[in-house]
Amino acid sequence: MDDGSVAARHETDFRWPHSDTSQTPYRVYTDETLYALEQQRIFQGPVWNFIGLECEIPNPGDFKTTFAGDAPLIVVRDRDGNINAMVNRCAHKGSLVCFKPRGNVQELTCVYHNWVYDLAGNLTGVAFRRGVNGKGGLDPEFDLKKNGLQRLRVETYRGLIFGTFSDRTPPFRDYIGPELCANIDRVFPKKLKVLGYHSQVLPNNWKLYVENNKDAYHASLLHVFHNTFGVVRPTMGGGIKLSDNGWHHLSYTVRNKDSDDVVGKEQVRSLKDQYKLQDVRMMEHKLELGDYTTNAIQTIFPTTVVQQILNALAMRQLVPKGVDKSELIWTILGFEDDDVDMQELRLKVNNLVGPAGLISMEDGCVGGWVQTAAKADPTAQTVMPMGGRNIEPTEGSRVTEAAVRGFWKGWRELMGV
Amino acid sequence: MTTTLANDLSLRLRIEALFADYVQCIDDDALEQWPDFFTGDGVYRVTSRENLSLGLPVCLVYCEGRGMMADRISAMRTANIFEPHTYNHSISALKILSVAVDGIRTQSNFAVFRTMADGNMSLFNCGRYMDRIVEDNGVLKLADRLVVLESRRIDTLLVIPI
Ligand SMILES: [Fe+2]
Repeated sequence: MDDGSVAARHETDFRWPHSDTSQTPYRVYTDETLYALEQQRIFQGPVWNFIGLECEIPNPGDFKTTFAGDAPLIVVRDRDGNINAMVNRCAHKGSLVCFKPRGNVQELTCVYHNWVYDLAGNLTGVAFRRGVNGKGGLDPEFDLKKNGLQRLRVETYRGLIFGTFSDRTPPFRDYIGPELCANIDRVFPKKLKVLGYHSQVLPNNWKLYVENNKDAYHASLLHVFHNTFGVVRPTMGGGIKLSDNGWHHLSYTVRNKDSDDVVGKEQVRSLKDQYKLQDVRMMEHKLELGDYTTNAIQTIFPTTVVQQILNALAMRQLVPKGVDKSELIWTILGFEDDDVDMQELRLKVNNLVGPAGLISMEDGCVGGWVQTAAKADPTAQTVMPMGGRNIEPTEGSRVTEAAVRGFWKGWRELMGV
Repeated sequence: MTTTLANDLSLRLRIEALFADYVQCIDDDALEQWPDFFTGDGVYRVTSRENLSLGLPVCLVYCEGRGMMADRISAMRTANIFEPHTYNHSISALKILSVAVDGIRTQSNFAVFRTMADGNMSLFNCGRYMDRIVEDNGVLKLADRLVVLESRRIDTLLVIPI
């Protein structure tokens, strides 16, 4: 778990061309060496990767497979009820130990040569250990204890499971800080239930999607559904919160407390009056979290998003798939105690989000447009002047790129560039 | 030809004609007519084989009634932003599962090929239609269409109905 030594294996001549992060060179989206370095220094560095939910593996022996960056993982609940996460790579010849997305097992067996691990990843058995007829078999010097699966540190928070490869990663609460913990407390106050999964393949470098989430400036401009059909009320307040180090953010919108309990029962004010929805049930909002927040998008460095859009709750996990491709895995959530009506409301509101989401689908294609344009000149640069050059929270406005600059600050710190 | 066989064949041909009209409406970009293939309170859902097999209820698209379908289309026309593309559907293996008072239940296969404006063509997804079809004033309409995508992976985005 010492990331210092592995990081040294990759080097790059890349140096950040500025003192601040209000501009990014396009090379960061297209460079294979930087991509390899990110695996070591970011995904396997001192960060917490979101790797699943406790409710996905409720019973001993339940497992799921997932990724942290390029690294394939097994997340499993052991017989003591603890959650363990291991790299899904047999210590023997490197085969995937679990090749199914989920299941329940007594132990973890690599089918290639029948090496067997317990649910904490300890190697417990090796096929033909004593050879056949006294010949062959395991080298007597071979120490089973030293040949387990590579383990991650695991922490859970409000039903979410996070894993880290590094000993240096601070405890999760300290990693994101109290203000951003409070949003997770707010959005996930009760036992969660998975309502479904979506997968969206994005034709762009993973960082372009992360930037998109940190960039509240684009929301009312790119996602015209809001304005066209009057989703945005003039009375709406909101702002941006940032962790002290700028790595993580929360963008939120709060509606007027005097509004009806249910947004969308009547058509809210539309900028173009001719566009009215025939059926507003997919925009209903039942207050359930004890406040008037309508939208809250929270990022956890590097690739996790906590989502509340009305009553559509979700975790988004971004998995890089090479320098110009990524997979966005949506886990759509409700609460265990949702009644039939509440679940039905969530299913309708989920029309707004996901790969076919009426207010979010554009995020699937914009990254690809940047990726296409970025290839030609890796030294050309973006410019992100909104809200100044600082990395500071704002209240009352989301017209700032501070959170994006904060992401690049974190990226630079971990990449050492 | 027995009457039963003639009736069966006639029903099959009518359903096949409905499906042909349905996919050609979409492929011809006549999407304003798409909700008319459903009953007034018809249900249209798009989900994945994974969600269905895990018994998970969330759909990519969930329209209850023609109004929500029409809203999807007007959002696509006026609000949503995406690279222009067209679909070409292939449908096959129509199986009539049951005929009952509340409708005819069928299952059929589809494949959707997507072509972008620059000519880039790909298999967007394939899967099954699970339908309940009713007769409405002598015309067959979809009372319930569940689109089950074989792959949960959506490339880029899903905006045109399947
Ligand atoms: Fe967006």
